[in-house]
Amino acid sequence: MATILDIRNLGKTYRSGGKELAVLTDINFSIEEGAAVSIVGPSGSGKTTLLGLCAGLDRASSGSVELNNIRLDDLSEDQRAQVRNRYVGFIFQNFQLLPTLTALENVMVPLELRGEKNIKNQALDLLDKVGLAHRHHHYPAQLSGGEQQRVSLARAFSNRPKILFADEPTGNLDAETSDKVEKLLFDLNQDAGTTLVLVTHNLDLAAKTQRIIRIKGGHIASDELVNSDQLAGNSYQ
Amino acid sequence: MDIDRTIFKTPLNLPWLLKMAWRDSRRNRSRLFLFVSSIILGIAALVAIYSFGYNLRDDIDNQAKTLLGADLVISSNQVPAPALQKMIDSLGTTRSQERSFASMIYFIKNQGTRLVQVKALAGAYPYYGALETTPTSANQNFRNSRKALVDKTLMLQFNAHVGDSIRIGNLSFAIAGILNKAPGQTGLTSTVAPAVYIPLQYLEQTGLVQKGSRVNYRYYYKFDEGVDAEKLSKAIEPRLDKEGLNQDTIASTKENTGRSFADLTRFLTLVAFIALLLGCIGVASAIHIYMREKVASIAVLRCLGIKAKQAFLIYLIQIVGIGLLGSLIGAALGTLVQRALPAVLGDFLPIEITMATSWAAIGQGVALGVIISLLFALLPLVSVRNISPLNTLRLSLEEVNFRRDPLQWLVYGLIILFVLSFSLLQMENWRQAVYFTGGVLLGFAVLTAVAYGLMWLMRRSIPNSWGYLWRQGFANLYRPNNQTLILLVSIGLGTAFISTLYFVQGILIDRVSLSASGNQPNMVLFDIQTNQRDQVAKMAQQNNLPLLQQVPIVTMRLEEINGRTGVEIKADSTAEIRPWVFNREYRVTYRDTLVDSEKIIEGKWRGTVNSPNDTIYISVAENYADNLNAKIGDRLLFNVQGALIPTVIGSFRKVDWNRVQTNFLVVFPKGVLEEAPQFHVLVTRVPSNQVSARFQQALVRTFPNVSVIDLALILATLDEILGKIAFVIKFMAAFCISTGLVVLIASVLISKYQRIQESVLLRTLGANRRQILTITALEYFFLGALAAATGILLSVAASWALARFSFEAPFNPSLGPPLAVFAIVSLLTVAIGLLNSRSVLIKSPLEILRTEV
Repeated sequence: MATILDIRNLGKTYRSGGKELAVLTDINFSIEEGAAVSIVGPSGSGKTTLLGLCAGLDRASSGSVELNNIRLDDLSEDQRAQVRNRYVGFIFQNFQLLPTLTALENVMVPLELRGEKNIKNQALDLLDKVGLAHRHHHYPAQLSGGEQQRVSLARAFSNRPKILFADEPTGNLDAETSDKVEKLLFDLNQDAGTTLVLVTHNLDLAAKTQRIIRIKGGHIASDELVNSDQLAGNSYQ
Repeated sequence: MDIDRTIFKTPLNLPWLLKMAWRDSRRNRSRLFLFVSSIILGIAALVAIYSFGYNLRDDIDNQAKTLLGADLVISSNQVPAPALQKMIDSLGTTRSQERSFASMIYFIKNQGTRLVQVKALAGAYPYYGALETTPTSANQNFRNSRKALVDKTLMLQFNAHVGDSIRIGNLSFAIAGILNKAPGQTGLTSTVAPAVYIPLQYLEQTGLVQKGSRVNYRYYYKFDEGVDAEKLSKAIEPRLDKEGLNQDTIASTKENTGRSFADLTRFLTLVAFIALLLGCIGVASAIHIYMREKVASIAVLRCLGIKAKQAFLIYLIQIVGIGLLGSLIGAALGTLVQRALPAVLGDFLPIEITMATSWAAIGQGVALGVIISLLFALLPLVSVRNISPLNTLRLSLEEVNFRRDPLQWLVYGLIILFVLSFSLLQMENWRQAVYFTGGVLLGFAVLTAVAYGLMWLMRRSIPNSWGYLWRQGFANLYRPNNQTLILLVSIGLGTAFISTLYFVQGILIDRVSLSASGNQPNMVLFDIQTNQRDQVAKMAQQNNLPLLQQVPIVTMRLEEINGRTGVEIKADSTAEIRPWVFNREYRVTYRDTLVDSEKIIEGKWRGTVNSPNDTIYISVAENYADNLNAKIGDRLLFNVQGALIPTVIGSFRKVDWNRVQTNFLVVFPKGVLEEAPQFHVLVTRVPSNQVSARFQQALVRTFPNVSVIDLALILATLDEILGKIAFVIKFMAAFCISTGLVVLIASVLISKYQRIQESVLLRTLGANRRQILTITALEYFFLGALAAATGILLSVAASWALARFSFEAPFNPSLGPPLAVFAIVSLLTVAIGLLNSRSVLIKSPLEILRTEV
């Protein structure tokens, strides 16, 4: 299988109070196309920073990120935006729907950005898959948290991404809604054959992926394939 | 694998950007509209003034004939020489003549006296327009019998009625009608010099015109069709110029009137522009807060693949759209306000103003509104380019910085350039435009500094012992994303305008009053004939009035400067001599000593000429010397009613003109003008208005040709003129204050969510409704009070500077008007603030959270 994400000697430092603060140091891993991988770790371990770097939302201080064979470090912010639009999907803990657009419009945005035409039906199909076709004209404020995250899922898959980054996708949801959203996420992912990179500190959720990369203090503490029996019931919370 | 580079070459996709701008605005339109509402008033003011200006220009063009009342008018301050009179008489068959001069009139019924402009008229003038009278027939009836038309303000002032009698000189006239309007006359003219028309045939019998009297001779012509008045005017110009006569045609009247009103509208435009600038700062401040709230949405869009430029353009399109809408509403409002302007400016206008919709004005206003709202919105908008997609995961450690984008400096530069270009367009003078722009920048900087200073002082001086409600009310001014400073600046500026107006009014009135206080003169009697001189003096003494000055006056014209005639000097573009020095008639005195209102600053005072062959050394006032571009030793040749008198400038005098007494540009030594035709002035001091009235009545009865100006008349006239100017300034200041209040309303609504959270929190902690109301009211009180204090402080400084350097008068501000302004502005701010916060204040916390959030 081809590599979709290749991280080499990745490091990220911030300047804070006049001092250099190393958030990530010497991170190396790669992810094959179609795989489902979790990045887990306690709060402040650097996992969200790592997700941001992998998805091209931020620029590394050292090392390299190659996504779909494109070296992101060499690209400008606008070029990285184009890469995200073409190859990347996102799901956020706090849904991040555009509050001024309806559910349908939120799903259509990535496709519209590409300049694609006649996309309304595609978007409606996706909303149908997440069970919200009948709410397509509602604004985010008129939807519940679970519904918002389902719209967010539809949007994430609308541009047929090669890789999907999910940042604590069920972190703001109750248990019952979480289960529904998780199921939808994995089903859609399987149908589309998309690579999934999941950042979470919920080890139950992580156990549903094939591989878990543990981050601790800005380093990779472990990188192993999942044996779900060992993980069940654990959490970093 | 090769990278597909084409993905980096995606177009901007303008249709989609428009669609996104539209979609994004749906949930924000009322807020966006609020932002631009602050420019609506500024645009309205500009469009109103532009429309007024355009209509005025058209009206002047259309009504220039009625403004002049004739095709050609020739005027002179002296009886034309016989040869010239012959030419004047030969110019046209349909003509009228008028002699006008200042004189006292006496209302027989109530014994009132007043200095007026007597106009003795023969002929059918005006040929265009009419003398508007009540009753209408009076404008014809008065012409052939001993009747007069009396200005309406005089009629009101002396409670006179049609049919009453007035005495002018030795003759009584029945009042045939009330003069409401004459060609070229404005409300202001009638305040300063109210007119009384009498038939010319009775002038001589009044006994008022004698040798040396100051009379203006005017000849009005109406030409048959086919006669080119302009061409004729050009042909006679050299001869009239040489003889010191003036002429006006319809074209020159158009030009002169148009020019003076262009100055008025220019002034008003600049004030309205300041109101607009204030509004724009309000817009920039509101958009800044709006964009802060949009950071999350923009970050999401960046995540989804939008380019920085596209994100910027989405919001730019919104601002342009809403700026356009605001400007259109402003233009519509301005077109309505325009209808009020003739009422505001009516007293300054010599013509009827039509109120047509001016599309040119609307176009200019809308274009200006869009450009300026865009420019100011760019300040916060350029930072949109820097919003990182990382904000979706959490606020970036390198936070969105709305203040440090280098492009903002470019925008600041563009704004200054725009203000400069706009003022240049209005003033057509680089230096003035630079001064105006610099003045506006400095003014805003000073206002900001004063506002900052006051807030700082207030913050430090509020003691901890003050109750919580007071401290919280003040602390609210510092809530995140507050617009306190812009509110202080805009409301402060409006307050500064109004309070400066009151101070300046006070300074001027004080100056005139002070100039006549103590033992200074307060009454001037003039037009006294030589044979009346001693009798008038005796009459004054009999009334126990002191003879403070008795001054002879000789009228003359200037013929040459250092051997060069007026015609030569006017033709020489390098000569730095004002042309008017040759056109005017000089009233000159002669004496051997200086008076206490003047002192020699250069040269030597020579008070007498001993023999006819001696050089005549005259003394000229320093400001007149500047206009002459003269130095000591320069030669001036005067024409004293036919006799040429060569003189040499012997000294320059500094003259204090601010006194109720005679002062002169040119003073001759004794021994030269004694035999010239002359009249006399007597300067005295009356102890009270009653004595003044009694003395004037007696004087007018005995010496009807003698005119009187007293302090009461000057003060009354000054008061009336200032009142009229004040109305205009208050009208413009109202725009500034209203803009500030609209910014306040927008600011209250923008911070509504925050206020709701505060209110809910306070209620949860146990605060009752009254306490929350008190905190909110105190917040607005602090805001209004600080803004008013900022404006008043600034106006005290500006008025002091004006008093000290411009009016050279003491500055003793009375506290009443500024205190009233302070109270009104503070209360208005509290009222507007509370009114807009009522939904937060009157509902229960839970209800608010359900409905508002």
